[in-house]
Amino acid sequence: MSIAIKMPALSPTMEEGTLAKWLVKVGDKVSSGDIMAEIETDKATMEFEAVDEGTIVSIDVAEGSEGVKVGTVIATLAGEDEAATPAPKAEAKPAAAAPASVAPVPAPAPAPVIAAAPAPKGERVIASPLAKRIAEQKGVDLKGLQGSGPGGRIVKADVEGAQPVAGTGPVAAAPAPIPTAPVPDFGIPFEAEKLNNVRKTIARRLTEAKQTIPHIYLTVDVRLDALLKLRGELNKALEADGVKLSVNDLLIKALAKALIRVPKCNVSFAGDELRKYSRADISVAVAAPSGLITPIVVDAAAKGVAQISTEMKALADKAREGKLMPHEYQGGTASLSNLGMFGIKQFDAVINPPQAMILAVGAGEQRPYVVDGALSVATVMSATGSFDHRAIDGADGAALMQAFKDLVENPLGLVA
Amino acid sequence: MAEQYDVIVLGSGPGGYVAAIRAAQLGLKTAIVERENLGGICLNWGCIPTKALLRSAEVLHTMQHAASYGLAADNIRADLDAVVKRSRGVAKQLNQGVTHLMKKNKIAVHMGVGTLKGGGKLDVQGEKGSETLSAKHIIVATGARARDLPFAPADGKRVWTYRHAMTPSEMPSKLLVIGSGAIGIEFASFYNDMGAEVTVVEMMDRIVPVEDADVSTFLERALKKQGMTIMTGAGVEALAVSGKGVKAKLKGKDGKVSEAEYSHVIVAIGIVPNTENIGLEALGITAERGIIAVDGLGRTNVPGVWAIGDVTPGPWLAHKASHEGVTTAEAIAQALGNKDVHPHAMDKRNIPGCTYCHPQIASVGLTEAKAKEAGYAVKAGTFPFIGNGKAIALGEPEGFIKTVFDAKTGELLGAHMIGAEVTELIQGYVVGKTLETTEAELMATVFPHPTLSEMLHESVLAAYGRALHV
Repeated sequence: MSIAIKMPALSPTMEEGTLAKWLVKVGDKVSSGDIMAEIETDKATMEFEAVDEGTIVSIDVAEGSEGVKVGTVIATLAGEDEAATPAPKAEAKPAAAAPASVAPVPAPAPAPVIAAAPAPKGERVIASPLAKRIAEQKGVDLKGLQGSGPGGRIVKADVEGAQPVAGTGPVAAAPAPIPTAPVPDFGIPFEAEKLNNVRKTIARRLTEAKQTIPHIYLTVDVRLDALLKLRGELNKALEADGVKLSVNDLLIKALAKALIRVPKCNVSFAGDELRKYSRADISVAVAAPSGLITPIVVDAAAKGVAQISTEMKALADKAREGKLMPHEYQGGTASLSNLGMFGIKQFDAVINPPQAMILAVGAGEQRPYVVDGALSVATVMSATGSFDHRAIDGADGAALMQAFKDLVENPLGLVA
Repeated sequence: MAEQYDVIVLGSGPGGYVAAIRAAQLGLKTAIVERENLGGICLNWGCIPTKALLRSAEVLHTMQHAASYGLAADNIRADLDAVVKRSRGVAKQLNQGVTHLMKKNKIAVHMGVGTLKGGGKLDVQGEKGSETLSAKHIIVATGARARDLPFAPADGKRVWTYRHAMTPSEMPSKLLVIGSGAIGIEFASFYNDMGAEVTVVEMMDRIVPVEDADVSTFLERALKKQGMTIMTGAGVEALAVSGKGVKAKLKGKDGKVSEAEYSHVIVAIGIVPNTENIGLEALGITAERGIIAVDGLGRTNVPGVWAIGDVTPGPWLAHKASHEGVTTAEAIAQALGNKDVHPHAMDKRNIPGCTYCHPQIASVGLTEAKAKEAGYAVKAGTFPFIGNGKAIALGEPEGFIKTVFDAKTGELLGAHMIGAEVTELIQGYVVGKTLETTEAELMATVFPHPTLSEMLHESVLAAYGRALHV
């Protein structure tokens, strides 16, 4: 008597999964508790154990098949008393030969579920299914399009001519869709807040960055004493001008100058080309009430620290008031994010595409520090650069971190 | 004083009379000018009467195979005169229908030969004299006629065009059909079913050359099985007409010239637009080899003059002409200030084509070869009639439905079918294609059982390796 092994529901919300790997093959004997396969759910990869004893006579869903519905027969087991005669054709085949309820593996880019998700009420986009799919593939936002079909319906021709959602920079990498798998309701009280556009953009761009850019992270500890001392002196000297430099202003300058010194890190990965920038424009992360935004200090390496400070103050004020003009936050060749004021020791930031690096700066704190073989106390911060590994090799990233460290620890270079 | 209209339509075929109805619906004062029969070729001498003839042939064929349905029918014979009479009756009924539609829509019908005079003027030379009409807009919808062989013009006795073939004075015993497009193949099929010995000569390397290559192959095999002789890659070198028949010199694929005698010849090598002697040259209307150049809404290069149907670039099909008639009438209404109409140029890739030979052919969009040529990564699926319950119950297990998809986007690029009733099936895909559905919506559609239409579903599933009944 043969037993049909079905796709298990490995979590209460699981409706389908990916058959990541078979750990048994046709002819194998399994007994209760043996691990038969690895199955990926929306949350994790899980091991699938055999419940019954017997011999595998057929594997009906091939490894790597996606979207296998819970309950689909994935393999057949012959019970102990049955002479197991593995059918020769039962070797794992592409799911095409499997029961019809299984989506075939080679289907071209199975439309992500979100394509079919109805738009929220009130902003229904009237578009043909083909237009929707092409928009999905190209990363075009249908909402911004004028339809040329009957009744203003958006058709293929409208989407084909459309540009992908503009990145903040000149290089528009195809944004990946924001994964919006339905969030199950566990009965926990909550209030639904509609996303504002800043939040939507952040979500989309960070998802895109993390999914498409292979990040590498390089951390250095940087001694701040000299920089703090210089800052004190500069602030005293500039008091009459009403200028008060922050540590961050100096770090902006240091990063910009480091990028000029190590131009291999001042780049954008643009598909089939690498853009090497000859100017360092630093995007500085600012927490605004509507969400994170990154105003830009243009050509920061060429500017004096007092000017950087004045500009940064004005930009941050505008950012908090939501008054930044697009040219003030779109662009930049690298980013700086500083969470030191919150006491964060160290963190890894997500690259802001199309840029290829971001520097994450932690808190400056007094730490035991070894100088010339003797233990002493120094003010030290940890700085972590995240680099787009497609564009920047580890050694070049390390060279940038080295240059940054050198500039901060020998800060006269920042005012020279 | 010339009678003043908003729109005059010159020609009352399926393009012209539909344009006139739509113009009248939109409140335009409309006239139509026709030199012969309201309804044009389509309804009097084309689509409709041939379907009546082919229906007779189909019934005959079915009766001859009565035994395979468990029925007995003896002494079955065809009465060609009666068959033709029925066909003429059908045409007449529809002709009267058009007359009624003109009346109902208050469209002024002017019988006679029209000539454009410029400045919105149109002369009509009728049986009872001539008159001059005047309109803000004129739509040229004069259609097309059969192309003659230069060395053997049709005489109506031994050498026929479609028109002679439709009202034959006698039953051909041995028929040569030159050209295997829709018209040639339909008459070849009709006379073959009626009992003539039929030979089809096609210049291209396969019959019905606009169709998918798989369809051509299948049809050739089916027609040969029915006793037809098919010569592809072949040409007619000479025709010598005598009172008794026609001697034809045919050059085969191998270059060898053979001679054979036929009782009759049907020439179906294409059409010529009827654009001479209607005043187009004097107005300076741009045309190439008689085909009037138009934009997507039917505008010619001369303001106030529009053109639709067979006088414009192909495909030369009645339904294409009708659709253009509606679009152009709406564009004219818009030009005259109607803000509620929004004419859209039609997408020619969504125009279906049907051929009523036996077995029938229907198609829309790109063939598999054309799709590949256009650079698409193609996913194609085929489902055979033998896998469909209804087809077997009907006793029609021969044929297939093929679908061609863009593997990248899932766009339905084309569909090609051959077999019983496929001309009634193709519209399912045409609706889908016009709505720009992808394979996903087609797969998610429920098809009724038991119907031939289930094959539409299966073919889509087959393109994605998921067909259920093969």
